[in-house]
Amino acid sequence: MSAAQWRKAMNFSAGSRDWSGGRATAPVALRPRAGTAATEIRETPLISLLWRRLSLAHIVVLLALLLYPWVATPFFTFQIGAQSLVLGLIALSLTFLAGYGGMLSLAQMTVAGIAGYAIAIFATSGTAEISLGWPWWLAVLVALVIATACSTFIGWLSVRTEGIYTIMITLAIGVAFFYLAQQNYAVFNGFQGFQKVVPPELFGLYWRDPMPFYYLSLFWALAGYLFVSYLICAPFGIALQGVRDNARRMSALGFNPVAHRIAAYAVAGFLAAIGGVLMVWYNGLITPGSVGTSWLINILIIAVLGGMRHPVGPFLGAIVFVLLQNFAVDLVDRERFNLLIGVVFLAIVLFSPDGLLGWWSHLRRRMGPTTGQARLGASATPKSGS
Amino acid sequence: MSRFWKWFWGLAAALPLAVFVVWALYDSPRLFLTTTLNGLTLAALYFLVASGFTLVFGLLRNVNLAHGSLYLLGAYIGWVIGDWSDSWLLAVASGFLSAALFGLVLQVGVFRFMQGQDLRQTMATIGLSIILADVMLWIWGGQIYQFDPPRWIIGSTTLPIVGRFPTYRLILLGSSIVIGFMLWWFLNRTRVGMMIRAGVDDRAMLAASGVNVQVVFAVTFAIGAGLAGFAGVVGGTALSIAPGEDTRYLLASLVVVIVGGMGSVIGAAHGALLIGLAEQFGLAYAPTYGIVFTFVVMTLVLAFRPQGILGRRG
Repeated sequence: MSAAQWRKAMNFSAGSRDWSGGRATAPVALRPRAGTAATEIRETPLISLLWRRLSLAHIVVLLALLLYPWVATPFFTFQIGAQSLVLGLIALSLTFLAGYGGMLSLAQMTVAGIAGYAIAIFATSGTAEISLGWPWWLAVLVALVIATACSTFIGWLSVRTEGIYTIMITLAIGVAFFYLAQQNYAVFNGFQGFQKVVPPELFGLYWRDPMPFYYLSLFWALAGYLFVSYLICAPFGIALQGVRDNARRMSALGFNPVAHRIAAYAVAGFLAAIGGVLMVWYNGLITPGSVGTSWLINILIIAVLGGMRHPVGPFLGAIVFVLLQNFAVDLVDRERFNLLIGVVFLAIVLFSPDGLLGWWSHLRRRMGPTTGQARLGASATPKSGS
Repeated sequence: MSRFWKWFWGLAAALPLAVFVVWALYDSPRLFLTTTLNGLTLAALYFLVASGFTLVFGLLRNVNLAHGSLYLLGAYIGWVIGDWSDSWLLAVASGFLSAALFGLVLQVGVFRFMQGQDLRQTMATIGLSIILADVMLWIWGGQIYQFDPPRWIIGSTTLPIVGRFPTYRLILLGSSIVIGFMLWWFLNRTRVGMMIRAGVDDRAMLAASGVNVQVVFAVTFAIGAGLAGFAGVVGGTALSIAPGEDTRYLLASLVVVIVGGMGSVIGAAHGALLIGLAEQFGLAYAPTYGIVFTFVVMTLVLAFRPQGILGRRG
């Protein structure tokens, strides 16, 4: 059965997935599918109006993102903007895995951390005894390959069991890596980790300056976003969602659920690895603390906060998270940030399982007339929320 | 897998192990035996923590990622009570009771409303563990606390070959075996235990037979949480209590339960034994790679028996 037939069988009108404010190209990629929605559009002209407004919104968002560093202070460009984009990219890998693959992995930060450590070990860092000092492009390449391979291995381990076990196994792997990095001095330089891991100077620009780094992260975040948006409508993505919803049925149809899941881990690992390289450049250092339990869980918080129904969710979640992290001091004591984020997370889990995107669609449903989106939203809802 | 391959892999694993044991005994029997004893004590502690975790999962299908926080909570409250009353036994009792009470509140107040939503429950426990960790850090600060156990258990006992070994660790080992037997007796010989076992097999049937499932759930959660609190005081006496210990014991229970098989208390004993020994031997013979051994054990079990040593499929 081809992907298109499968989509039809599952009553999937992928075009309407894009209800929650994605960016410009998602509808373009989906346009061929818009045919199925065409009848609905003719019935209710308001939807077509909505569509046009959405596309405009995409352009506005893109322009805003591009112009942002020209109006914002360096602090807002670097600490808020770039950090949100980097964390969002790592969380995007979790959204892809959990939202579209149904596998809630807590080891995404570990994969990012492996890439970060690989950069520190293969390129240059403050610890010259360990760092090999390879050229940056080779180190980045090797880091991406190693992290993706590790992610595939983690996937191979965790897809052997199903459902709730995934979260346990990946958490165990993540925490085990944290302890390894902390205890081992020969390779990971123990508790201190690696300092002075900086991006190269290229084209006369120092890439850790706020503006170049912001555009670097924006580029990769956008690339990741578009890649995931494309992938979830491609045959592989559709099959993956089929595996999420009913693995047995998919294997009866001739798909190999295990292979799809492991491939999803590989893809997510690659995204997380890019995020990890950017993260280590952003921080300028990597320590065991960057892959500690709190960061493993922070990535989950970011993904859940934003909502896992759409690839834009993790970026929204990251913005909220970073804002909270930086301005919690005004709300509560600086020391109590974890308490605040814990309460916010618990509130989201208890009252709005779909995160901010869930609120958004809820608002839309209440404001606008009832459309087919409620139905589609229900059929396309990832299992992770419930 | 054919019989040949089973034998092949079994030998492939057992031979290097046997070679290592012979070498270690030849090299230094004292180090080897001390490490074994240390491994057994650590296994005892891991069993105490993980048995509650696996009990709760088996019946409620709730992966309680706040289990480590319950461990730490029991330890802190036990310490406060012990400090106030100067009685270590009272500290142990209060550690168990406070964690059990807290677990009861959690089950009745939060998780009861999310029955059957595994993932949501798990995420709620993650949120709770963050909040608990921060509140405990707030109240008790970052310093390390140490219990003041009675004199008769802090000395050391002279054993053959090993020499002097802390008495307390032997007591820990013994008490863990006693707790294990009590758990076994409770689950296999009492009425409530029977209900719990029935619930592990089929919750809906248990409810249909006229048992108030919510009460059984609450009792199970309280016992599981209480065991974590108990382990908190007992383990805190052997080592110490400090922020971060919650993660350590959460990892221990996760790995023990993954290795031993989810939901099986006897499996938890097996898993604890494997992991405790692997960790101590790793520490003694390859100091900075200790955690790798734990990980290798977990990987091997997952590769060849994904459901755990004593776990059941489904």
